[in-house]
Amino acid sequence: MEPIRTLRSRTAVLAVSDIDTDQIIPARFLTTTTREGLGKHLFADWRYGPDGVPRPGFALNRPEAAGCTILVAGDNFGCGSSREHAPWALTDYGFRAVVSTRIADIFRSNALKNGLVPVLIDPATHRWLLEHAGAEVSIDLETTTLTLPTGQAARFPLEPFARFCLMNGVDELGFLLGREAQIAAYEARAGIA
Amino acid sequence: MNAPAHTLFEKAWRAHEVVPETADTPAVLYIDLHLIHEVTSPQAFTVLRQRGLQIRRPQLTFATMDHSTPTRTEQVFGGAPIAIEAAARQVRELESNCAAFGLELLNLRHAQRGIVHIIGPELGLTQPGKTVVCGDSHTSTHGALGALAFGIGTTEVGHVLATQCLLQRKPRTLAINVSGKLPAGVGAKDLILAIIGRIGVAGGTGHAIEYRGDTIRALDMDGRMTVCNMSIEAGARAGMIAPDETTFAYLAGRPHAPRGEAWERAVERWRQLPTDPGAQFDKAIDIDASTLEPMVTYGTNPGMVMPIGGAIPERAGDPVFEKSLAYMGFAPGQPIREHPVNVVFVGSCTNGRLSDLRLAASLLRGRKVAPGVQMLVVPGSQQVKRLAEAEGLHRVFLEAGAEWRESGCSMCLGMNGDLVGKGQYAVSTSNRNFEGRQGIGARTLLASPLTAAACAVRGCVTDPRELM
Repeated sequence: MEPIRTLRSRTAVLAVSDIDTDQIIPARFLTTTTREGLGKHLFADWRYGPDGVPRPGFALNRPEAAGCTILVAGDNFGCGSSREHAPWALTDYGFRAVVSTRIADIFRSNALKNGLVPVLIDPATHRWLLEHAGAEVSIDLETTTLTLPTGQAARFPLEPFARFCLMNGVDELGFLLGREAQIAAYEARAGIA
Repeated sequence: MNAPAHTLFEKAWRAHEVVPETADTPAVLYIDLHLIHEVTSPQAFTVLRQRGLQIRRPQLTFATMDHSTPTRTEQVFGGAPIAIEAAARQVRELESNCAAFGLELLNLRHAQRGIVHIIGPELGLTQPGKTVVCGDSHTSTHGALGALAFGIGTTEVGHVLATQCLLQRKPRTLAINVSGKLPAGVGAKDLILAIIGRIGVAGGTGHAIEYRGDTIRALDMDGRMTVCNMSIEAGARAGMIAPDETTFAYLAGRPHAPRGEAWERAVERWRQLPTDPGAQFDKAIDIDASTLEPMVTYGTNPGMVMPIGGAIPERAGDPVFEKSLAYMGFAPGQPIREHPVNVVFVGSCTNGRLSDLRLAASLLRGRKVAPGVQMLVVPGSQQVKRLAEAEGLHRVFLEAGAEWRESGCSMCLGMNGDLVGKGQYAVSTSNRNFEGRQGIGARTLLASPLTAAACAVRGCVTDPRELM
């Protein structure tokens, strides 16, 4: 995983609340056995018409959305299924952060393991972002702040261990494997052999 | 000094702390039971191979196939190939991964195969106080037996395979106290839909729910599993119900349940699990079950739910709400009863157990599915299928004009060939009415097995009490 310290990008905005993982990546694309290449199916049923032609009105299809790495979404992003294909699709497309007022638990956990920063922002800053699609914002993991082009900065919560892993490109598996002695001791206590 | 009072969740959590959490690091939590399936496991095995890792405790992981597998008998048993090539590839890959890593697999033709959340309890793998995880959000189902059970992503599937542990922050606790007798025609599905309607699809985010009270105690295990199953639809990390005599009677004699003296010792241990008097929850809400009605969803998330006799709410100036109703083809203020239905689906990890099939059959017996309506009845496991057939339930469904299939996730999610057509209305006993969940452009109305059967008979949204 690439370390992330700061992100700076124009925003793509999906002002829809409760965006579920079936919208992020519909189930028919889950028959893959790899994690690569899902970006082309991101938001497939919103992004493309029945004929496979991009819908011009959809936020990600507008020319100004090209190259954006920060997605701003309505309240409660990523609810529903545990499919990690959702953050895989978002990162494969090019997103590095998702900003919302609430992010569903399993999605947030999956996002963190794939270098996608979940940014939980206060309602006032969120409202500003929803109303200013394409605004150039920056996200700093050192200070856990999101800064608007107005210069106004908003703090966001990020669990310290998750922040450490993102900033250092560390994956949790290495950390868990390093707990071998404690795991073995637990198994001995519990009679697991 | 008295021992401190703990909740059921707290007891299960503490018993599995390999390393407790600190301000800087999450807890290392030991996992007793890991269930895997064909869709969310392949990439985890790839990581094991890339890093040269073995499975730490192969005897604690069980594999089945359910999500992308076909339900048509000829594709399961009849020698016809699986119609979706990518699904066939996933099935083969799970077979080769389990063989290579020494995992027990209930493969496509296995007599014990079924939906992962149906077979865990059914085989006695799921037990009170255990930690249970699976790469599927409806793992919350297993909490009905007093287990701490939650869904994980594929990266975490790899963590469990390699270390039998997960890094977890402790969730907060939410007590949902349910009291009063459920009225006739109103069941566990209506109760959990009403709860989600009350607290919203993010109402449980960051929390482990414990369902409590006399209504919950009176539910059978199948009903308790329906309730816990949909905890995730309220955003909750887990849903739990304290084990009691109903739980023990359900588990006794199941293939993986302890036997003899080990059983006695286990029950003794399980009796210590219920929340102690005076233990504190972070949040609590009360629900009166005695006034509930059959519930049905009208929108595109499970929180958009109403009593079946009601009118669709109005929320002027809410564009997301309007977009949702536009997708469904509904108007604010419109009654939902009598609305035509094209498809009825009875099945899924929410309502694919024997009691669910009995309920649907009780309403269909001696009646016919309305002309033009497709009804699919899909047992949650091959064992549920055999038990239903032993009671003759399959004949009730077939004589009514419904289809009777092999077990699997089927029409709950559009990835195995069982699909609802564009613009069609499906009354479904599954758990999600998201846009496109059952097929591109499909419109899903979530309801109980009784309501689903009533809708099939009338060909329109029908209060089951009219046919009881």
